[in-house]
Amino acid sequence: MSTDTVSNATSSPDVEQPWAELGLKPDEYQRIRDILDRRPTSCELAMYSVMWSEHCSYKSSKVHLKRFGEIPQETPAGKMLAGIGENAGVIDIGEGYAVTFKVESHNHPSYVEPYQGAATGVGGIVRDILAMGARPVAVMDPLRFGPLDAPDTKRVLPGIVSGVGGYGNSLGLPNIGGEVVFDPTYLGNPLVNALCVGVMRHEDLHLANATGIGNQIILYGAKTGGDGIGGVSVLASETFAEGGPTKRPAVQVGDPFMEKLLIECTLELFAARIVEGIQDLGGAGLSCATSELASAGDGGMFVSLDKVPLRDASLAPEEILMSESQERMMAVVTPGNVEQFLKICEKWDVQADVIGEVTDTGRLQIDWHGERVVDVPPRTVAHEGPVYERPYARPDWQDELQADGAEKLPRANTPEQLRDTLLKLIASPNLCDKSWVTDQYDRYVLGNSVLAQPEDSGMIRVDETSGLGVAVSTDCNGRFAKLDPYIGAKLALAESYRNVATTGARPAAVTDCLNFGSPEDPGVMWQFSEAIRGLVDGCIELGIPVTGGNVSFYNQTGETPILPTPVVGVLGVIDDVTRRTPIGFTAEMEGHQLYLLGETEEELSGSEWAHVIHGHLGGRPPAVDLAAEAHLADILINASRDGLIDAAHDVSDGGVAQVLVESALRGGTGARVWAPDGLDPFLFLFAESAGRAVVAVPRTEEVRFTDMCTARRFPHTKIGVVTGESLDVQDQFEIPLAELRSNWTATLPNALG
Amino acid sequence: MKIGVVTFPGSLDDVDARRAATVAGAEAVALWHGDADLHGVDAVVLPGGFSYGDYLRAGAISRFAPVMETIIKKAGEGLPVLGICNGFQVLCESHLLPGALIKNHHRKFICKDQPLRIENNRTAWTSDYDANHEITIVLKNQDGSYVADEATLDRLEGEGLVVARYLGQNPNGSYRDIAGISNERGNVVGLMPHPEHCVETLTGPSTDGLGFFTSVLKAVVAS
Repeated sequence: MSTDTVSNATSSPDVEQPWAELGLKPDEYQRIRDILDRRPTSCELAMYSVMWSEHCSYKSSKVHLKRFGEIPQETPAGKMLAGIGENAGVIDIGEGYAVTFKVESHNHPSYVEPYQGAATGVGGIVRDILAMGARPVAVMDPLRFGPLDAPDTKRVLPGIVSGVGGYGNSLGLPNIGGEVVFDPTYLGNPLVNALCVGVMRHEDLHLANATGIGNQIILYGAKTGGDGIGGVSVLASETFAEGGPTKRPAVQVGDPFMEKLLIECTLELFAARIVEGIQDLGGAGLSCATSELASAGDGGMFVSLDKVPLRDASLAPEEILMSESQERMMAVVTPGNVEQFLKICEKWDVQADVIGEVTDTGRLQIDWHGERVVDVPPRTVAHEGPVYERPYARPDWQDELQADGAEKLPRANTPEQLRDTLLKLIASPNLCDKSWVTDQYDRYVLGNSVLAQPEDSGMIRVDETSGLGVAVSTDCNGRFAKLDPYIGAKLALAESYRNVATTGARPAAVTDCLNFGSPEDPGVMWQFSEAIRGLVDGCIELGIPVTGGNVSFYNQTGETPILPTPVVGVLGVIDDVTRRTPIGFTAEMEGHQLYLLGETEEELSGSEWAHVIHGHLGGRPPAVDLAAEAHLADILINASRDGLIDAAHDVSDGGVAQVLVESALRGGTGARVWAPDGLDPFLFLFAESAGRAVVAVPRTEEVRFTDMCTARRFPHTKIGVVTGESLDVQDQFEIPLAELRSNWTATLPNALG
Repeated sequence: MKIGVVTFPGSLDDVDARRAATVAGAEAVALWHGDADLHGVDAVVLPGGFSYGDYLRAGAISRFAPVMETIIKKAGEGLPVLGICNGFQVLCESHLLPGALIKNHHRKFICKDQPLRIENNRTAWTSDYDANHEITIVLKNQDGSYVADEATLDRLEGEGLVVARYLGQNPNGSYRDIAGISNERGNVVGLMPHPEHCVETLTGPSTDGLGFFTSVLKAVVAS
């Protein structure tokens, strides 16, 4: 096959091109022709098709995401050093340190090929963090699956968990948190979101741009193969069609060993101060890296595509441009530093090749064996793709759904029924022990994991001397978001914020992974738009910015979209990690007083109770009061700092009952509790009102603690005491810890082996 | 008193092992796989990880690293060497210890807090433990199942070379619940669980692992 050069394209305007197969729409193809004033070459078409995909261009979400810019860009911890638009947001956490964190999706690849899809999801986000100049220090993975008893869940879940572990463990990154959630809507479209946190000194911050005319472009890391071609376009940006091709070749294949070398090699390159600009190769591969670097730099870049080292010599230039082979990075280096750069790569056995240079042409020009195959303005590829104002409309069924509240459903009201309900709930897939999953992840490596799952947030020590650290949590209740996407997004933010504060850290910044159905469905677009509105309003109210994130559309099976799932990750800062608050009631806490902070309302719609006991989803989600959340956070952070509490657990899915069971089993000591005066025991145990936490207060600190709550006019109610080897709900029932444990732990092993 | 920690391509717990050596009061020295010089260290730790990506077999390629030639030679002369997890695999592949480590019987990676019994406290790395001391330290591995032929197992048992044994449910299918072994001289110890993760209450499940590092300090001083 002869090469389709630029001159060839100019002289043969009428050649049929496979734009539709590459995922482009007719008007998009026409737009490319207008930009170039000729038909694109096949290489150019390949580049535009992947870069203008939904996944890369955010063409359906851009107009909505702009609203994140309305949030003040200052964090409670310090300045934002890089924000949305960079590979990941960076914030100043003091003492000369900066942290960067981001969550991304790898949903469709993980459904097609669970192990590799999940593995490369971890690999991709880790490279994003690395590209900022940071050492990756922890990962977490919010995962969502179909029903636990569905046959396909048994195919998808073990592979995904094994892939997350197999890749992250091999990189030596502790996995400190995340979520495992089951809902029928995820059956044909599981969600694999991956978050990574990195730490750097301020002076190490690196940005992706190609500046300095004559500077050399170096591609280093793995060789380029034929895997992942079209991953961002035909795989990530379309809905799975029944009976269609399996799309497995569009999934990348990971090699964590190479990535580990790439991390250490890159950090040594940064330390040597010989990297002018850097970009990781992920979705859209070389098309993305070259066009983005060139767009952000002095305007031009030249690349000899035949200098790219290949795993498969038969790859065509179009395939090389589209390949999403993993473990590759691209750096911009001054000519004088090239030799040292190559030497450091050699030390780490990492292949590195000069493939091009920064030019003053204002164009991205790519040659293939001396013939020009790409000649485009780089911004038209990277940033000036199509933007859609997709129609959106509140679905017809929303009113009916909201009218069907769970508060009217029959409830347990005898001690025996309450006992049965509790045991049934703690054994349900969403509330049961997740160690079948998390025991496959290394949570100890690097030796700085102060808290890891099942704690409310993961916490990493940043400085061994001062004790400075960061805490991260990710949360989303998709059922609440379905009932009301605006409130649901705020609730996800509130829960994540609360989880970070519960461990003693001050929330500072937000990353989000917005998982939704097809943007071509006006109902889905309305959910998306409402969720963003909720996040923007919520972040403004809480005073924390969104530093970056990811949108994943087309998560649906046939016409049925997933629950709207705006996963929110909050990062907090703690001055001294030795002050952190864990969830467990330990033997040393015998006699500690238990307080419930916040108000419990008759809020059952969207709850785990409604889901498990009645298979019901309807009504309005719990009310969200972010001013109250901020007060609660202040109390939890101050109490942690001043030593007023020894354990704390946020109240969310499953209500206070779940909190008591988890805290008791975590620390091995039980509790005697009672429903506060005037509160129905059922609601006390199972309502899911937001803005609440349970804390264990030493008797010696009780007065100081309650005085603090009173001074801040925050509702606080004594609900019991840490004691014994059972959960004793007075006047109702008592369950030995052993029985709780066997109910709580058996579910996943029984289902998955 | 210097404890060297080798970094192979793909080593992961090297930082942790250096920290543990420091916490124990030693000077930690980073050793590089490609450098045959041990830089005057008094003891060596081969840390956990996936050296060379576990390609071929875990530890199979690392044993040919230049640094290993020196370590194998010096181990024969009595240099204390502790191989943790992947380091244990390297020691077996190097024939400094008998047997081999194969994939966990349940085929999954496992990370948990594991109770062990120290059965041999006469080695260079375990003298600070009491006889039959029960400890809980981190276990995390993919290929952690210790296997050897019956005669070797009988000899290890008979000569008291089983250093540590798993308590409770066997976590990975290791023959005779073996978690760690030593050579006859007691200077070379291979251990599947990770004492280096258990030297601070803040970040580990216990400080039960510190004894491995304090033991070797005494062994070096005594020699």
